[in-house]
Amino acid sequence: MRRFSWLVPTIYILFLMLPIYWLVSMSFKTTNEILGSFTLWPQQFTLANYRVILTDPTWYMGYVNSLIYVTLNTVLSVGAALPAAYAFSRYRFLGDKHLFFWLLTNRMAPAAVFALPFFQLYSAVGLFDTHLAVALAHTLFNIPLAVWILEGFMSGVPKQLDDTAYVDGYSFPRFFVRIFIPTIASGIGVAAFFCFMFSWVELLLAKTLTAVAAKPIAATMTKTASSSGYELGLLAAAGTLTIIPGAIVIYFVRNYIAKGFALGRV
Amino acid sequence: MNKTVNHKAWFFVLPVLLLVAFNAIVPLITVVNYSVQETFGDNVFFWSGITWFEDVLQSPRFHAALGRQLAFTFTILVIEVPLGVAIALAMPRKGIWVSVCLVLMAMPLLIPWNVVGAMWNIFALPEIGLLGKTLNSLGFDYNYTRQPGAAWFTLVMMDVWHWTSLVVLLAYAGLVSIPDAYYQAARIDGASPFAIFRYIQLPKMKRVLTIAILLRFMDSFNIYTEPSVLTGGGPGNSTTLLSIDLVKIALGQFDLGPAAAMSLVYFLVILLMSWIFYTLMTRNEEN
Repeated sequence: MRRFSWLVPTIYILFLMLPIYWLVSMSFKTTNEILGSFTLWPQQFTLANYRVILTDPTWYMGYVNSLIYVTLNTVLSVGAALPAAYAFSRYRFLGDKHLFFWLLTNRMAPAAVFALPFFQLYSAVGLFDTHLAVALAHTLFNIPLAVWILEGFMSGVPKQLDDTAYVDGYSFPRFFVRIFIPTIASGIGVAAFFCFMFSWVELLLAKTLTAVAAKPIAATMTKTASSSGYELGLLAAAGTLTIIPGAIVIYFVRNYIAKGFALGRV
Repeated sequence: MNKTVNHKAWFFVLPVLLLVAFNAIVPLITVVNYSVQETFGDNVFFWSGITWFEDVLQSPRFHAALGRQLAFTFTILVIEVPLGVAIALAMPRKGIWVSVCLVLMAMPLLIPWNVVGAMWNIFALPEIGLLGKTLNSLGFDYNYTRQPGAAWFTLVMMDVWHWTSLVVLLAYAGLVSIPDAYYQAARIDGASPFAIFRYIQLPKMKRVLTIAILLRFMDSFNIYTEPSVLTGGGPGNSTTLLSIDLVKIALGQFDLGPAAAMSLVYFLVILLMSWIFYTLMTRNEEN
């Protein structure tokens, strides 16, 4: 039985790749070919769709905007979550359990519920249509997740490490930066990966909080789909390009994920 | 681990608290504010008490959307959790194939949700999509834009495609944390593969699986973008899940009062269910 177990992941990966293949192959087809006939691979191979996206600033700025707010959000979420996760993993304090659950409840809040109030809130404080607005809004669901993941990793580190460092004369901030953070580096990698992921894939809030200057690529795509008829080839090319940053991030954190999950208490 | 009591730890939590409170409390107050008022436009509001809540709780439309939502969440949990565990069990533990599997499996997780919807929309089109065309040439009458059954099938397939990998990654993380000595001991005792799974692997995966189930539960209850791009809630209302209905009312018809009341009821339903999960999980941990 063990000998054939490689079949299961192989079939699963094949199932995962089929829709992606279809999207990529469509991005190299002309609109006529897509609508006119059913072809398994591009018969008239064309790069025209990609040329449109990479030369038109309304398109490629979408990618830049998305990357800016996603990075900003990852830094904010992990940065704020680090001390909080440390507090939850090391200390008991008034209302700690309730606070932890309250944080988690924000992970449960449906974005659809908050879309309109978010628009009013960020307009009122003058942040509407900035990268910071989207990055801040996404902390709503990323901070709870980051605290949750980091707390798991930190609880896996024995408290003796802290005590030894104090005996050796380390001050708290120096201990935290020099010793503690390197110890849970893989945990930070995993947390950052999840923050990147959830911020990169979210559309509803990102679209609500931006108009022109910080418009994410996903919003540009929905607009094209509705305004200029249904240019499937262009849409497919834009979709294909949104897969690339994610793929790069996964490639870099692949070892952290395998190792990181194993080390942490998760 | 025994923790020391230290109330100054609040200072560590403060940045998180401020950020989340800014994002959570102010909008929540806005929603509560709308939910008890009536407006006829021009920013003039009247106190309306709990009428909107009564309307929502009695409306067949809300009941139908909630029913569909529960059916959807239940279906995907029943498929994704066992499937994810099975795949994690069959995955290699060492060597280059681990990285290959992890990288390829994580792909769907990092595709923006509207692209996932658009991708499946194209993939399942009966005339020009690979899935739709294949099913139709095999003799199935399949058209998800017209048949509610086909729309549900596509929606569930899409979610399984999109999120099973999350369960796989978490379950796999739990599996690799089991020391080899456990397996050696089991082999000496002559344990069957099922016994190994039941008494070694499953208990070790319990914590990660709870996280996986909680995350999948919360996220599938909040799902909006993918189904709205894939089917737009149609055909008819057959795939109109809670959040799609909510956005239709709030932004489509601009009925702020009813939409806000519905939001709160919706949020409370998720909160209640997650609280039950959470207490069950922490109680098990303490025992």
